[in-house]
Amino acid sequence: MTLADNRSAALAQPRARALTRFLHRHEGWRGYLLMAPALVLMAAAILFPLGMTLVMSTWSLSGYDTVTAPSFGNYTAMIDHPMFRVLIGRSLEVALTCTFFTVLLCYPMAYYVAFHAHRHKALWLIVMTLPFWTSYLLRVFAWKVVLGYEGVLNTALMGLGIVREPVAALLYSQTAVTLVLAHSWAAFAILPIYVSLEKIDRTYLEAAADLGDSPARAFWRITFPLSLPGVVAAFIMMFVPTVGEYITPAMVGGPDGMLIGNLIQAMFGPMNNWPAGAALSVVMMLTIGLAGLAFLLLNRLVQR
Amino acid sequence: MARYTGFHRPNRPLAAYAALFAVFLYLPILFIPIFSFNSGIYVKFPLEGFTLDWYADLFHREPLKQAFYNSVKVAAVVSLLSTIVAVPAALAIARYRMPGKAPAVSFIMLPLVLPGLIMGVALLGLLHRMGVTLSLITVTMGHMVVCLPYAISVLLPRFIGFNRSLEEASADLGEPPLQTFWRVTLPCNIPGIVACLLMTFTISFDEFFMAFFLSGTQSTLPMYIWGQLRFPSDFPSLLALSTLILVFSFALIFTSLRLGRIGQSVRGDSA
Repeated sequence: MTLADNRSAALAQPRARALTRFLHRHEGWRGYLLMAPALVLMAAAILFPLGMTLVMSTWSLSGYDTVTAPSFGNYTAMIDHPMFRVLIGRSLEVALTCTFFTVLLCYPMAYYVAFHAHRHKALWLIVMTLPFWTSYLLRVFAWKVVLGYEGVLNTALMGLGIVREPVAALLYSQTAVTLVLAHSWAAFAILPIYVSLEKIDRTYLEAAADLGDSPARAFWRITFPLSLPGVVAAFIMMFVPTVGEYITPAMVGGPDGMLIGNLIQAMFGPMNNWPAGAALSVVMMLTIGLAGLAFLLLNRLVQR
Repeated sequence: MARYTGFHRPNRPLAAYAALFAVFLYLPILFIPIFSFNSGIYVKFPLEGFTLDWYADLFHREPLKQAFYNSVKVAAVVSLLSTIVAVPAALAIARYRMPGKAPAVSFIMLPLVLPGLIMGVALLGLLHRMGVTLSLITVTMGHMVVCLPYAISVLLPRFIGFNRSLEEASADLGEPPLQTFWRVTLPCNIPGIVACLLMTFTISFDEFFMAFFLSGTQSTLPMYIWGQLRFPSDFPSLLALSTLILVFSFALIFTSLRLGRIGQSVRGDSA
């Protein structure tokens, strides 16, 4: 008994040493060993659930029972039923509008921090990103307070005598959703643009000035083209969360501002049609994937 | 040499724009604390009077206390576990040449470009199929997935900028790799690790989607707020609660971001 134990211990030691030596020699294996917990967690919590969603999207409901025979019924229903088309179209419209305007408005801000904030750069970066890290739910709640029928903005406008009656259109509209989304995700647009601007070699600009370019010309010929990868990244970073949004439309959207995310939530919640919800999720992922691909191609074209 | 002075000269319109931008970013949030001290039930101008009643009211709410404890419990576990998983991963990404590293890193960062809603319903579908009962444990798991990419991106720049010569010295003096990690790498990177802990704690504490889909009967704080939003009479108390959460989150994140900067300046000095 003890002899066997001793022997196995004696055998185990060189084996352990061999493993150490192997890891010492093979950097790649060492790296993957260190990354293993993270990779396993992500595989378990991303790949399997997404695979499950894909499978579930081919199921169907019969009464209260789930039929697991694969079919494309959920997808054909999406084509046949106008509601899906309207919601998908509106989600794309809101996400693209919001992304476009946010990137446009955030560019000068990122430019300011990168080129003009100087010593206060770190402080400005914190100021720009701080709200983003805090509760998303509360930021949307704040907008509900501001935009409400008898809310801050309306009562302030009335108090100042600008309007007589509360403006109903402020809350519960597609515009409100776009505005709140832009406010919520602005940091996602600022950061990539800032990073790409920060990377620009300042001597290029000095060279342009030496050779007689005006600051405006130098901006359009050097700064702007070099910052385009950041702009493209900002587009992707903004588009993804806004197209998959659920809280904002639920809180400030009203019936006109409902987006595809609300329908997915309803399918998994009150409507209790999980297969249809899964199919909608798959369509949303495909949309995001396609958009990402388009942006990446754009990036390639731009950098050429 | 003639220096390009475009970005040395102050640009007043741009500075004004930046100030305006900051105001737009903070103004809506600012109304939450302002109205939390307002004695009127309705959230509208003009303000009526100063009161602390809405704050006092919070302490009489049993479900709120329970939700708060749940959130703290989940956030503490999530921040600890995700940091423990993120530290070796970030070290490997920062240091090792590995075949297929770029796709592996993109895969870990995937949750950043997946809407929370999709991840929430996908996990819900899988867990349901596996017959797992929803509880705070499933919420914790969901939060780890959300937090891990952020944890790695907080740690990564610190590890990349870390001065390796200290570790080399330790190795030269005969310390085995694990000892070097415990006695050199870890202590030298404490600011980054604390920043990571604080950030993941806050993200988990405020996270909504995963909690929404994966919590069973026990709710977290954001879930509680979401539930109370249906009752307009609860609005002032919610404002008080939101104020406390905002102050708390701002403090944690601010500390986290500052710590990051301290790490950077130390690096700058040594370089």
